[in-house]
Amino acid sequence: MTPQSGPAPTIGAVACTKVLIADDEPNIVVSLEFMMKREGFDVLVARDGRQALDTIRREHPRLVLLDATMPGMSGFDVCEAVRADADVRSTCIVMLTAKGRETDMARGVGAGADAYVTKPFSTRDLVQQVKDMLARDSAARAVAASNAAAGEMPKDLPA
Amino acid sequence: MSFDRRLALIVLAPGALLGLWLLGGAGLLYAALGPADRAAVTDTLAPLIDSHGMLVVLWWFLAALGAGVVALRLHAIYGEAPARLADATRVLAGDAAAPPLPPQSGTGMRALGEAINALAGQRRALQDDMARLIAEASRDVALQRDQLAALMAELEQSVVVLNLEGRILLYNARARALFRTLSQAPGGVAGAELIGLGRSIHAVIDRALIDHAREGIARRIARGDARASARFVTTTPLGHLIQVSLAPVRAAADDKGDVTGFVLLLDDITDEYEARSRQDRRWLDLSEASRASFASMQAALDMLDYPDLEPADRERFQAVVRDEVGVMSQRLTTLAADASHDMKTRWPLQDMLGADLAAAAAQRITAETGQAVDTAGVDADLWLSVDSFALIQALAFLAARLSETLKAPNLALRLAPAGGRAHLDLAFQGAGAGLGPGLDLAGWQTRPMQTEDAPSPLTVRDVVERHGGELWLEHARDGSGALFRFLLPVAAGTVAPVPAPGDSRPAYYDFDLFAASAQSRESDDRPLGEIAYTVFDTETTGLDPAGGDEILQIGATRIVNGRLLASECFDQLVDPKRSIPEAGIAVHGIRPEMVRGKPTLPQVLPAFHAFAADTVLVGHNVAFDMRFLTLKENASGVRFDQPVLDTLLLAAIVHPGEDSHGLEAMAARLGIAVSGRHTALGDALATAEIFLKLLPLLRQRGIVTLGQARAAAQTSYYARLRY
Repeated sequence: MTPQSGPAPTIGAVACTKVLIADDEPNIVVSLEFMMKREGFDVLVARDGRQALDTIRREHPRLVLLDATMPGMSGFDVCEAVRADADVRSTCIVMLTAKGRETDMARGVGAGADAYVTKPFSTRDLVQQVKDMLARDSAARAVAASNAAAGEMPKDLPA
Repeated sequence: MSFDRRLALIVLAPGALLGLWLLGGAGLLYAALGPADRAAVTDTLAPLIDSHGMLVVLWWFLAALGAGVVALRLHAIYGEAPARLADATRVLAGDAAAPPLPPQSGTGMRALGEAINALAGQRRALQDDMARLIAEASRDVALQRDQLAALMAELEQSVVVLNLEGRILLYNARARALFRTLSQAPGGVAGAELIGLGRSIHAVIDRALIDHAREGIARRIARGDARASARFVTTTPLGHLIQVSLAPVRAAADDKGDVTGFVLLLDDITDEYEARSRQDRRWLDLSEASRASFASMQAALDMLDYPDLEPADRERFQAVVRDEVGVMSQRLTTLAADASHDMKTRWPLQDMLGADLAAAAAQRITAETGQAVDTAGVDADLWLSVDSFALIQALAFLAARLSETLKAPNLALRLAPAGGRAHLDLAFQGAGAGLGPGLDLAGWQTRPMQTEDAPSPLTVRDVVERHGGELWLEHARDGSGALFRFLLPVAAGTVAPVPAPGDSRPAYYDFDLFAASAQSRESDDRPLGEIAYTVFDTETTGLDPAGGDEILQIGATRIVNGRLLASECFDQLVDPKRSIPEAGIAVHGIRPEMVRGKPTLPQVLPAFHAFAADTVLVGHNVAFDMRFLTLKENASGVRFDQPVLDTLLLAAIVHPGEDSHGLEAMAARLGIAVSGRHTALGDALATAEIFLKLLPLLRQRGIVTLGQARAAAQTSYYARLRY
């Protein structure tokens, strides 16, 4: 596979890719939403864990920026639920968290996050990380699709 | 052979022997004669037998009588007297305190008697010496034990010493206060059901935890670690966290002997743990919240970097930054306030009544400066948490500087609460110019406190910081004076007061329990002196439990290893949930308003059951009290199925001739002073003393074990009466 490299992919590469931002802090959502839209993503927003899970199930976004600490259902819980649900299992999850302890990171990765980003972070780096992840994901899907055509498709898509 | 027959034999034997001797001689003479001489003798004597035969017999009888008397006399001197002497000597051998032998008759016997008396005297003196030495030695041991117990009692830490079975053989007042906070029982019991000599520690601390700690220690000892000890934390049913340090007691002083028991140091770390957890929580919350805020700010700033932002968007992101900065500073303000409220100085401070501190400081200032100090403005009820020595030193130092500088400083100490803290003021009045720039007040605070007799490297400011407090100079508005104001922490006021020892030091230890293994024997075979007893009494509304009468009060005390533990008592009023007849009030003095709001019997009985666990119940006419208890078995869910002894029945065994075995009559008979008669606890204490006096009297009658006592009580006359 050939992961996309270089800082500035064309808008077309991400056009209409659905991305969900799930965070209870409006002050960060406003920036993330603005930036992702600017980058050409189709941006959805959820204010808590329950809403995030519902949106994922309904809209099937390719990628979720998921805050770990939200009231009610936490980001960890959402992550576990997504990985347990065959319909949306392949969603890419980037966990955003203010928790800085190693134990928290281990939990995030264990729960099935594809990446774990500790707050505060550089938004440019985050955007780059998101684009890389989507490109890898596209390549993997392509491989999986051709395997399926050859009749030896694995049930699970690699994340 | 009986005494009389032997005596008769002794008297008759000499006469009989003399007769036989004479007859034998005559027979021999007769046999030696020839036939002619025999005929001649027979012819000569035959007529004489009738006329003089009686004379010969009489002659013989006189001789026999004399010989009999002599034999009797000889027997008395050489037969009976030595036997009596031997008996008396045997008595002396058995009991050195027996009276000396009476003077004997006969020179030899007298000398023998005197020799034996001298020997017995020597032995008595030797024994007295020995007894005196033993008494002295054990007095030393007892003294050392008492000193040890006194030392333990004063310790700030809770100390409990256990034998290998986990039974308590020593505890101090602090431990008792700690257990009081752990107790779930009603107030009148408060921990006495948990801590007590001979009680098992496992009522408070899980056996598995202690066993685990002991195994660890045993392993370390086996590896040659002479200072093996273990530490663990346990939670109690009320949610307290108790930190336990457990160290073995070794039989020999060189740390090589067998382990005979364990010393437990107990610490209630609940508050400390909560404070630390709170602090951790706060730190974690702060770090998370700050990260979130910084993330929002950074993201917004990143957006502001875009050169082509619409003015409206720019305004939005700037608002985000402003908002987050505001939130952050608000958060820090709250945190600082919380933290300073919670901040504890690391310096060990003691709780002290502010008035005591002020009085001591005033005295010291007057002694050092000659200035009178007015303490009228001191709050009499405020408790401070202070290092009193350093603080008094600081006050005295400042006062000394003031009196050097000012002519008539008119010193005054004032103390008042201020928020969660206290203001301790050293007020003074400057004589006009004195309060001017000449006062090097800042210098005083940071200069080492050199006084003539007590040089100190500390400064006043050090002392203030030690208290986590503050110090400043405040001037009166009218310029009449000023004051140094110390901001000091107040005592939390949650310290459980340690009960002051009463007129006699409470028995908090019994080292004989080190060797006790009472549980290993069948209970009926256990000697009465080794059993732990709960001696109790109840006051009731009436005499008929089945007819609705109820218990009003339960009082109990304990006897362990033959000692009355009057400080381990159970004293609880009970709300009977019914009226109290006037006739009863005249006896026990318990009025309805005294029991209103007290716990009910189903609440009290489980605590009493725990108090009496593993002991034999003792009471006076105890069947009466037991009927009240058994009737409540269903309601309270506890059964009193341990053995029961009744002092009334036991008394009937040792004093079968007496008519009255009432508590008062028995107390008088046994020389016991009763106080608090007709309160449950007073009667229980009297019963306990009676019981202890009965034990040796029972032993004289061969009643040594619990089984024997129960059997004897059952056959006693009173047992056949109906209550």
